Amino acid sequence: MSTALPTQTQPAPPPVDKIKVRVNGKDVEVPRTTPDPVSGKPVPTTMIQACFAAGAIVPHYCYHPKLPVAGNCRMCLVEFGTPAVGPDRKPILNPDGTTKVAKSPRPAIACATPLTPGMEIYTDTPAVKQMREGVLEFLLINHPLDCPICDQAGECRLQEYSVDYGQSASRFVETKVHKPKRVDLGPRIVLDDERCILCTRCIRFTRDIVGDEALGIVNRGSYNTLTAYPGKVFDNNYTLNAVDICPVGALTSKDFRFQMRVWFLKETKSLCTSCATGCNIVIGSREEKIYRYEPRENDAVNACWMCDYGRLNYRWIGRSDRLVEVRNPKAEGRRQSERWAAAIDEIAGKLKQAPAGSVAVVASARQTNEELYLLAKLAKALGAVTDSVPRTGASDRLLLNADRNPNSNGARLTGIAAEPMGSNLPKIAEGIRSGRIKTLIVVGEDVTRHGLGADLLGKLETLIVSDILPNATTRLAHYLLPGCAQAEKRGTFTNTKGRVQKFMKAVEPPGEARAEWDFLRALALNTTGQKDAVSIEGLFNQMAVEIPSFNGLTWAGLGDTGATVKIYCQDRGIDDTEQPLTPTETSNIQHRTPNIQSQGAREKPAGATAKI
Amino acid sequence: MAQEYRQILKYVDQPGYTPDIDCYLRNGGYEVLKRVVALPPKTLPNGQTLSGPEQLRQEVMASGLRGRGGAGFSCGLKWSFVDRKSGKPIYLICNADESEPGTFKDKQILYKDPHQMIEGMIIACYANDVHLAYIYIRGEFAEGAKILNRALKDARAKNFLGKNILGCGYDLEIHVHRGAGAYICGEETGLIESLEGKRAYPRIKPPYFPAVLGLYLCPTIVNNVETLCAVRHIAALGGAQYAKLGTPNNTGTRIVSISGHVRKPGYYEVEVGKATIGELINDPIFGGGLREGRKLKAVIPGGSSSKVFKAGERFKLKRRGLDGKETEQEVDMLDLPYDFDSLIAAGSMSGSGAIIVLDDSTDIVAVLANMSEFYAHESCGQCTPCREGSLWMAKVLHRLTQGEGRKGDAEYLARIADNIPGGRTVCAFGEACSWPVQSFVAKFKEEFVARGAADEEHRAQQGTGPAAKRELAASPQG
Ligand SMILES: Cc1cc2nc3c(=O)[nH]c(=O)nc-3n(C[C@H](O)[C@H](O)[C@H](O)COP(=O)(O)O)c2cc1C
Ligand code: SF4
Ligand code: SF4
Ligand code: SF4
Ligand code: FES
Repeated sequence: MSTALPTQTQPAPPPVDKIKVRVNGKDVEVPRTTPDPVSGKPVPTTMIQACFAAGAIVPHYCYHPKLPVAGNCRMCLVEFGTPAVGPDRKPILNPDGTTKVAKSPRPAIACATPLTPGMEIYTDTPAVKQMREGVLEFLLINHPLDCPICDQAGECRLQEYSVDYGQSASRFVETKVHKPKRVDLGPRIVLDDERCILCTRCIRFTRDIVGDEALGIVNRGSYNTLTAYPGKVFDNNYTLNAVDICPVGALTSKDFRFQMRVWFLKETKSLCTSCATGCNIVIGSREEKIYRYEPRENDAVNACWMCDYGRLNYRWIGRSDRLVEVRNPKAEGRRQSERWAAAIDEIAGKLKQAPAGSVAVVASARQTNEELYLLAKLAKALGAVTDSVPRTGASDRLLLNADRNPNSNGARLTGIAAEPMGSNLPKIAEGIRSGRIKTLIVVGEDVTRHGLGADLLGKLETLIVSDILPNATTRLAHYLLPGCAQAEKRGTFTNTKGRVQKFMKAVEPPGEARAEWDFLRALALNTTGQKDAVSIEGLFNQMAVEIPSFNGLTWAGLGDTGATVKIYCQDRGIDDTEQPLTPTETSNIQHRTPNIQSQGAREKPAGATAKI
Repeated sequence: MAQEYRQILKYVDQPGYTPDIDCYLRNGGYEVLKRVVALPPKTLPNGQTLSGPEQLRQEVMASGLRGRGGAGFSCGLKWSFVDRKSGKPIYLICNADESEPGTFKDKQILYKDPHQMIEGMIIACYANDVHLAYIYIRGEFAEGAKILNRALKDARAKNFLGKNILGCGYDLEIHVHRGAGAYICGEETGLIESLEGKRAYPRIKPPYFPAVLGLYLCPTIVNNVETLCAVRHIAALGGAQYAKLGTPNNTGTRIVSISGHVRKPGYYEVEVGKATIGELINDPIFGGGLREGRKLKAVIPGGSSSKVFKAGERFKLKRRGLDGKETEQEVDMLDLPYDFDSLIAAGSMSGSGAIIVLDDSTDIVAVLANMSEFYAHESCGQCTPCREGSLWMAKVLHRLTQGEGRKGDAEYLARIADNIPGGRTVCAFGEACSWPVQSFVAKFKEEFVARGAADEEHRAQQGTGPAAKRELAASPQG
């Protein structure tokens, strides 16, 4: 199977100027400069990057590859040497002809010290170990050590490094410094200042990436205390990323606080579905319940961030009013195991008899590429008019996209969506009104809110609906097929920049709910006799062969971070503006994005509390 | 016999000498500046032409002047590091934060002869193509800030400052910025952050060397008040002539602040290295010796951050004789020449030029406890070893002075202090807070051990008290 990525839009990069250094006796060559995480401008490559390239571990707290360097924790101290030069400024040679390296009497912080040619870095000497031990001891003396009740326990750098580099016993006999333990920093964050190791990661992220001057440190010396500036609330749309990058349990998410011990969580690679950016995430779940979303690094999409709005938009998946039963008017009383087969059979029977032009399909751009592909193919066979529903909101130039569908481009590339998206909906309404359209298939949308009101739906002979949560459309459905949230199935989305990305299944769907691609394949088979692949991998690969835009892609080749395809936009032509995210222009970011709840409410059906 | 050599302090404390501009002008003030801005370009034998500012920089280099703020770094070399090709403005900052305990020499200049410093500063700015400069003055010097602002106003009125200074086409503005009372604002990069309106968290070096990425990330020179006064005298005398003052590699004059258990605490200007520590403490023209019946116990030679000398300590010094030959000589602490190199060779430093004298009435533990409390209070808290270590040491010493010591505390203290200096911290405050502890505990160990032992015994007699409980907690099982 080919794993070649399809489109290579960038020209070959210019040759990289390299620098040769030695880490613990191992030679490595690294680029002389690396892009600055904020400005993107080339800055000298530092020791820590060379160490990582050489596979040497350098423990660190304040250093974060996506943030400006601070150099305050001192955990990354290493010893180093540089080529010795004589009074004539010529290198001094060893007897064997190699360049003599003069070891520096002082250590250096690996995270901030630029490389120089011929530099030697030592990360494992007794002196380095002793310095790390010292730093760790200092970090721990005033630490509350409340790991048993700390959310971070199990993924805490203080715990990990203490095991790796610390001492087993404490010699500290003084009274500890006490600081505020339950600081309400903003609507989504609670801070425990005693746990804070003052690494300033959260401050730098908030100031330099988000552009929000909300956090700072007050007081001196050991009494240094992280706080929101007086009169400021820590409330932008990215606050929860600070919880992620906090190396300890100081910043806690109100949503996750005290909910679950992290070591019980199963981690599943997935995607956020709340907008067209398609941030890569990890779903943390236990026993079929989702506890959190966390961003997963993908430099082509979201670096290692995600917005609070998307992150907290998961509770609807576990709602108690989820659609869990197949509805089939003729099948009352049938045994559960037969309901799906019977419904698919009957629907297929109806579709087979439907005259061309009498069927319409409204799909959702929240459906996967594979599902939309199956639907589009079925629609074509039936001569059905199709469309999907646009969904928009405010964007913020960092990650949140105005397009709130995760797969609008998938809807375009599979041909299910009209251009512009939604422009066929009035035609479908007119078709129903005129009696020409007698059968409507709706997948994942409440069409009563998009011009196909209850009166129109009432005129249909057959209304086939699949959805996840109840709404006005599902209530009117003749056939109701309960579907899955992204966390409950596998599939791919095509994001706003044409990045085709896959997601994995984290939890089982409730009741009879079943992945849409699975029953759509069965429906297509029963209706048209077409034999589509029976696995998601096969289906994706089949689609990639059939749809030109996806040519060359394979499920396996997508890897964890996806592959980019060209997106054709009517107004812009080919859009190949794909580029790694460099969160500049932060000054334009909307601060104080209204809180998650109210933002969601705008697009939610009345009474519902989460799904957007 | 050592003499005072009043160059910078020439007029300070003279009867009738006032800090106003008229008095300064009457005594030859701003004459050096007038000559400096009129310096014509000079053509060297090799055909190269040196502008006036370039000549001045050469003179400062030739003078061998070493910074008077603490580190004793060559001023000419510091100026030579300035990035003059960046296209960005070059700033100069006068460090008038004078906060090192025991130091009170810059204050004399600022309060009593401000124009001398301003003239030196203008010359330094002219030599470095600086058009905007700042005086960062210690917050507690409220009166000093007023005096300086007044002096700057008067200098401006006489066109020593402002646009087209003395008609030579050079523009310069100087502003006074008051600190808010933090020792760390004296550290040059902390100072720069503070001047930019931020918390005075010192910057990491690399990459933020002031000469390249200083104030507003532009090339910046930070010089001490006294250093800038010396620049004026170098401009007046010429570098070579200035270098004849003092001793080789330790040139010029230096104001020494002497405090503690001497009869005549005060400030004395001497040629660097021409007086020994003993002379500075005991000579009638300097400290005037210890009080009646007292014996010397210790000397802190260069401000509270420098490592202490114990009375009777002897050091092996390499000395270069008149014939240029190096000989090794053992000298008593009191016979160390008070200069940069000798004190470094003896394991300490002349730092800010502040000698603190401790006689045999001194409770060494209490002195160190007092100093450590200062450092714990003044640590900016940015980096781990200093932030946590400074308070930890202060707490141990507090215990030791409150009857809750332990025999092992001396060792315990030394171990804590050992984890702070030597490049482990962002700035030299790490050394400043740990060197006193390291040196006091090493040199007066028996006093620390005895204090802890006495406390332990006392507690044992008293039975189980809160302190005894803490003892328990100190055991490895605790
Ligand atoms: C903790 C600390 C405090 C300092 N305080 C002062 C001070 O109050 N005044 C001063 O001139 N230099 C102080 N310095 C030294 C300055 O960082 C800097 O080296 C000096 O101002 C340079 O001037 P110079 O080269 O003229 O000596 C301090 C350094 C440290 C590490
Ligand atoms: S709250 Fe966390 S991220 Fe922020 S400074 Fe403290 S330890 Fe660092
Ligand atoms: S930006 Fe969009 S995809 Fe990313 S987390 Fe937010 S809502 Fe989700
Ligand atoms: S050494 Fe001390 S004063 Fe200097 S930056 Fe670190 S914490 Fe601040
Ligand atoms: S990681 Fe380098 S100082 Fe914190």
